[in-house]
Amino acid sequence: MSKLILTVDDSASMRMLLKTSLTAQGFRIESANDGEHGLERMHEVKPDLLITDINMPKMDGFELIEAVRALNEFRGTPILVLSTEFSDEKKSRARSAGATGWITKPFEATKLGAAIRRVCP
Amino acid sequence: MSDELDEIQAIFFEECAEGLVTAEQGLSAMQAGDVSAEVIAGVFRAVHSIKGGAGAFGHADLTAFAHKFENVLDEVRGGKIPPSPGVVKVMLSAFDILTDHVESAKGLAPRPADEAALAALEQVLANKGADDGAPAPAPAPAPVAVEAPAAPAAAEEADEFGFVPMAVSLDDFDAPAEAPAADAAWIVTFKPSRAALANAGEPLLIIRELETLGAEIVAVDTETVPPLRDLDPEDAYFTWTLRVPGEVAEGDINDCFDFVAPDSLVEVRRDEAPAPAAAPVAEAPAADTGADEFGFVPVSAPIEDFAAEMQRVVETIAAASPPIGSVETPSIAPKAGGDAAQQTIRVDLGKLDLLLNLVGELVIRNSILADRLSPADRQRVELPELARLTRQIQDNVMSLRAQPIKQAFSRVPRMLRDLSVETGKTINLETYGETTEVDKGVIEKIGDPLTHMIRNAADHGLESAEERIAAGKDPAGTIKLSAEQRGARIFVRVQDNGRGINRERVKAKAIEKGIISADAVLSNEEIDQLICAPGFSTAETISNISGRGVGMDVVRSNVEALGGRVEIHSVPGEGTTFTMILPLTLAILDGMIVRLAGQRFVLPLAHVLETVQPEPGQVKRTSPDSEVIDMRGEYVPVKRATEIFGLNDDRAVEDSLVVIVESEAHGKVGLVVDTIDDRREVVIKSLDQNLHPIRGLGGATILGDGSIALILDIEALVASTNRYTPKGMAA
Repeated sequence: MSKLILTVDDSASMRMLLKTSLTAQGFRIESANDGEHGLERMHEVKPDLLITDINMPKMDGFELIEAVRALNEFRGTPILVLSTEFSDEKKSRARSAGATGWITKPFEATKLGAAIRRVCP
Repeated sequence: MSDELDEIQAIFFEECAEGLVTAEQGLSAMQAGDVSAEVIAGVFRAVHSIKGGAGAFGHADLTAFAHKFENVLDEVRGGKIPPSPGVVKVMLSAFDILTDHVESAKGLAPRPADEAALAALEQVLANKGADDGAPAPAPAPAPVAVEAPAAPAAAEEADEFGFVPMAVSLDDFDAPAEAPAADAAWIVTFKPSRAALANAGEPLLIIRELETLGAEIVAVDTETVPPLRDLDPEDAYFTWTLRVPGEVAEGDINDCFDFVAPDSLVEVRRDEAPAPAAAPVAEAPAADTGADEFGFVPVSAPIEDFAAEMQRVVETIAAASPPIGSVETPSIAPKAGGDAAQQTIRVDLGKLDLLLNLVGELVIRNSILADRLSPADRQRVELPELARLTRQIQDNVMSLRAQPIKQAFSRVPRMLRDLSVETGKTINLETYGETTEVDKGVIEKIGDPLTHMIRNAADHGLESAEERIAAGKDPAGTIKLSAEQRGARIFVRVQDNGRGINRERVKAKAIEKGIISADAVLSNEEIDQLICAPGFSTAETISNISGRGVGMDVVRSNVEALGGRVEIHSVPGEGTTFTMILPLTLAILDGMIVRLAGQRFVLPLAHVLETVQPEPGQVKRTSPDSEVIDMRGEYVPVKRATEIFGLNDDRAVEDSLVVIVESEAHGKVGLVVDTIDDRREVVIKSLDQNLHPIRGLGGATILGDGSIALILDIEALVASTNRYTPKGMAA
């Protein structure tokens, strides 16, 4: 069974881009458009991996990661941040929130695929 | 695939447009003094998203510029740079360039010259916004501009940015740069942090990935493993040493540690020992040595494996339900394209128009049906119910087409900034009522007239700073842009506080152009209206801005084509106000069917206050040309619509009804009508061009019996001086 990934990003084009490029690599993709929606979708989708943006309205990526990690069910689910930000401060914030890794946008589809397999083989 | 990407890119550009609107509103709010965290965060997020998408679609220039802009916004957001007026001004200019970059990315414009804006942003970053007020274009920047021309700035951008797509991880590795023997095997030491497993980071996955590169475990240090009773299965205790073949690129090895937890120890170095002979020998012994050292290696390695395996099993069990439950998801997912997330759909405007027309027809059929039924049948519950439903459908269809007028207003700030540069005038913009909702068709069509009115105000209306100072005014001119709904009409105003219309000059020009005859006697209002006459332009020199060969006459004809009209109000020395009065909807209105000289007309109900059957003596003649009606002590002027339209009517006022209407411009007025027939919704059909010159008519409609009735435009009717006057003054 191919891996099921939930992507959370407030930009529709980014969601579609992720879906297109990752579906082509054999992943199954579900998406949500902000942190709040992402948290909701986690329960429905129960993904193998969560990929989230940081800057989003309503609930940002940090808050989403914290909320997901607080749920016992998802303690072991890898979470990758996909953001244009790259400051060490943000990264360590993401890490302490519970992120598994950080990927800087823009992404190259195949490398993103490789990164996903790295945490979710 | 490429089509698909194009499609996604098109969506990205739509997002850009939305982002730009958000950013501009935020920046304008900041300029007006609202520097709240939400406003700043909103602007930041908008620019940030544009940058993210631009990177994904390979628009390097746009990305680089947005990036620099974002840096400044980030500092402002973080409170490191105060959002002083000077800084906001720099950001507004940057916003304009960003807009140009987006256009350029779309392929609609050449790459904008962004050097100055980049340098200004750079300077804000460097000074931490210290030199407030003086955004410093003049004195300081000279060296900056020289030092930081486009190319270096861009290059630096690319570097800082690390356009290497994946390279950045949660922590940095010190890549050992020395190169002993180029082909010597790599020795990798990896000691995951104790908390490695906490964030679902699995060290074993890293080991496995290294193994795919040909790595072999040389040693495992288990010294830190505590006694079993103290062992926390969620902590990591081992240190691995691995040997990776020398030909593997160091970057590939480092990539494996991309997501390694901070505090982990990762060392990648060339093996100093001569690799070739030693390796094969060393390997087996290495394993053996390890075994010897702990004695129980054969168990210990499996334990680690086992622990990992356990966790895997637990995860698999935890995850077991979704794969089963979501068996169908893959087929749905790719199709869905719109995630549950997207709660809007895009609909072809043509389809909405069709729907609107059909609803219009439905309304007409409804009233025809009502006409054919006996009064008793008409009261049965089905018909009112049908009417109510029709009304609801109609309201809904209308609301589908309603959009905030903000869309039409959104390009004005930019335009004014450009105009400000072109004319050398400082112009403040104030906008009101941006959320007023108007039919999309109206919004689309007022763009051009609005642009022209703004240009006109900036170019002709406002004086130069010197002139303004001489006149004792604030050197900065102000243009107020407002929209409001009144009844079934939308009033869009462009008001400047400039010099006002020079009526002498306008009149002279009109005579010179043959628009009016030399001996024409015109009221001030009529002179002002000349500005909208075809072929009129008062600018002495055709300026780059408003003298583009189209004049206010185009504004007027565009607005009239929408069933609206333009009003001009000017006070010399104080300014001019252009008002576009537009129908809220292009489709349906609540009307009162009245008879004038036997003909049926529709009075928009929104204007009607009350109706009276005048008592003898209640209507008084105050002069040969004017009458008033005594409404409980208040005298309201009375107008005879029949007279205005030149219809024959000898009926005495006492035999007629007076409908008291309220006009925006002229207050209460009593209109004399023969009778009131009915009250109903009518579908507005626009009048043919040749009926346009008749003031006081707003359109036509088809009544229930299939006959046609003209719709009265109360504002124009009340404003018109007794007899109708053709609008083209030329005649």
